[in-house]
Amino acid sequence: MQLPSYPLPDARGRYGDFGGRYVPETLIPALEELTEAYLHYKQDPEFLAEYAYYLREYVGRPSPLYFAENLTRHLGGARIYLKREDLNHTGAHKINNTLGQALLCKRMGKKRVIAETGAGQHGVSVATVAALMGLECVVYQGAEDVRRQALNVFRMKLLGAEVRPVESGTRTLKDATNEAIRDWVTNVRDSFYIIGSVVGPHPYPAMARDFQSVVGEEIKAQLLEKEGRENPDVILACVGGGSNAIGVFAPFAYQENRPRLIGVEAAGHGQASGLHSLSIGAGRKGVLHGAKMYLLYDDDGQILPAHSVSAGLDYPGVGPEHSYYAEQGLAEYVGVSDEEALEGFRLLCRLEGIIPALESAHAIAYAAKLAPEMEPEQVMVINLSGRGDKDVAEVMRLMEGGA
Amino acid sequence: MTTREAFARARAEGRSALIPYVMAGYPSRGRDLEIVEQVLPYADLLEVGLPYSDPLGDGPVIQRASEQALRQGLRVAEVAGFVREIRARTDKPLFLMTYINPVLAVGPEAFFQMFKEAGASGLILPDLPPDEDPELVSLAQRAGLETTFLLAPTSTEARIRAVTPHCTGFVYTVSVAGVTGARDRLPEGLPELVQRIRRFTDAPVAIGFGISNRATAQQAAQAADGAVIASALIRALEEGRGLGEVLSEVRAGLQMG
Repeated sequence: MQLPSYPLPDARGRYGDFGGRYVPETLIPALEELTEAYLHYKQDPEFLAEYAYYLREYVGRPSPLYFAENLTRHLGGARIYLKREDLNHTGAHKINNTLGQALLCKRMGKKRVIAETGAGQHGVSVATVAALMGLECVVYQGAEDVRRQALNVFRMKLLGAEVRPVESGTRTLKDATNEAIRDWVTNVRDSFYIIGSVVGPHPYPAMARDFQSVVGEEIKAQLLEKEGRENPDVILACVGGGSNAIGVFAPFAYQENRPRLIGVEAAGHGQASGLHSLSIGAGRKGVLHGAKMYLLYDDDGQILPAHSVSAGLDYPGVGPEHSYYAEQGLAEYVGVSDEEALEGFRLLCRLEGIIPALESAHAIAYAAKLAPEMEPEQVMVINLSGRGDKDVAEVMRLMEGGA
Repeated sequence: MTTREAFARARAEGRSALIPYVMAGYPSRGRDLEIVEQVLPYADLLEVGLPYSDPLGDGPVIQRASEQALRQGLRVAEVAGFVREIRARTDKPLFLMTYINPVLAVGPEAFFQMFKEAGASGLILPDLPPDEDPELVSLAQRAGLETTFLLAPTSTEARIRAVTPHCTGFVYTVSVAGVTGARDRLPEGLPELVQRIRRFTDAPVAIGFGISNRATAQQAAQAADGAVIASALIRALEEGRGLGEVLSEVRAGLQMG
């Protein structure tokens, strides 16, 4: 296998005005070292062979591109395919990236990995590969999330990770990320930070994108087989930080004949309520966690808390490459509310017998609006980024609450 | 008084310069000015913190203080007012320390102008390596603010070469790989680090992070021209101890030979 080469970022880690390295100076040499190592191993046949081996034998790739016949018939428009990242080991796309970074960590001779997590999906994924590779693992999680996600906390502990609750700020993902970066600043000589999304200082957004690109590349091959063409007409993916979306967007975004790429942000209770995660829809250019991106903040630059029914989208920023796509019109970004996402969740359960992650349910919900307006010979691919087992208790609570 | 003069005066008095940190709005707007009045007699320069919601270079003490200040609704314009009040009381150099996002939110030109007019001498941005946005750095300088950036024990010669030309105020040398916070001892190797830096600049070099007592102040004085004391002061306030006690101990440690 090969990892893809894209025209961006530039040598300074920029996607136009976005990206970069806005971090304490202490980390700059480590980021330079990481960039160099990554660019080297990205071309190294042995590294690539090992990555490909684990993707196939451990993660279970390629994931199916499943023709959702019932959903297609129900919506009465485009032919809808689901890219089944929910069938990966650990239940989501996250492991494509954590596996690649853990292999890089080993090659760089580091014995300890650090990660942040929101609901715990990325944390579980990092704890999993750390167990596999024999690495010490520390996961930072907001104290509020530790309380809400007791099962994932226990999973991480079972896998041998240490979970450190973070009491500062809003006690959620953004603060867990701050704390993971602080740990990295302190232990930069012997620790490797595995970021969970296409955010953070260069080279993280590029690295996570490259490891996630396997999803989009598989779609091309699978669609060629099923439909006789590589390009669908529309690709839909939910966007928090944006890692599953970049995995299906980037392989198409720089082509001349580009499908419509639509990223679905979490509109929470709606933009007017202020309770949402519409970093692109309602944010401005700013800097968080080391990169310039679209971001939610007040007039003084203080970061605003994000909100979404799905913890994985509950982040006030969005990756620099998505910010660039949005600014340049390479992709469109839309919002789907909590309520609509729950409707999408129920729809997929009942029609296809698939319980999606609440994150992915946002993409399903938007598909339900868009597909009926499309022609029957048109093809839509939805990235089903994760499975919904983790959300069942929360959905039960919401449904019984009359949602 | 210019920054160079402030360092030179301390040196003439046989000391490394003492740079205490006060945070705007902590423990409250109004009380912060009382703290400035306690601190000023000991200070050669003053660092003034503008609290930020996500201070990823700071340890728990400054995080807590920032949260407390922001919970009371502190605004950037009030911080400029605070700088103005300090300027009315002293001609010592005042360095504003904050993160990059508030600067971008207000707009760099407007932000720099606001604080220059309030009486700030310079600016410290711990999450902006200067070569990341040289345009913004020169905007600050053109607005009449000196700029100070950080170097660290991990800094390579290439990094020192890249950062020092942008340090028109002083060079802020971080004593340890880590975040802000009081420590009992500083790591060995500080004099070598400072010597590596001095090969590329004649700007004054101050040590920050971890200065808390006589021993750490002595270590800083043996290596550099000045020392920043921040978390240890906030901690003293949290514990209801007098600032004079901590500051006179640190100042004694900064005496040379």
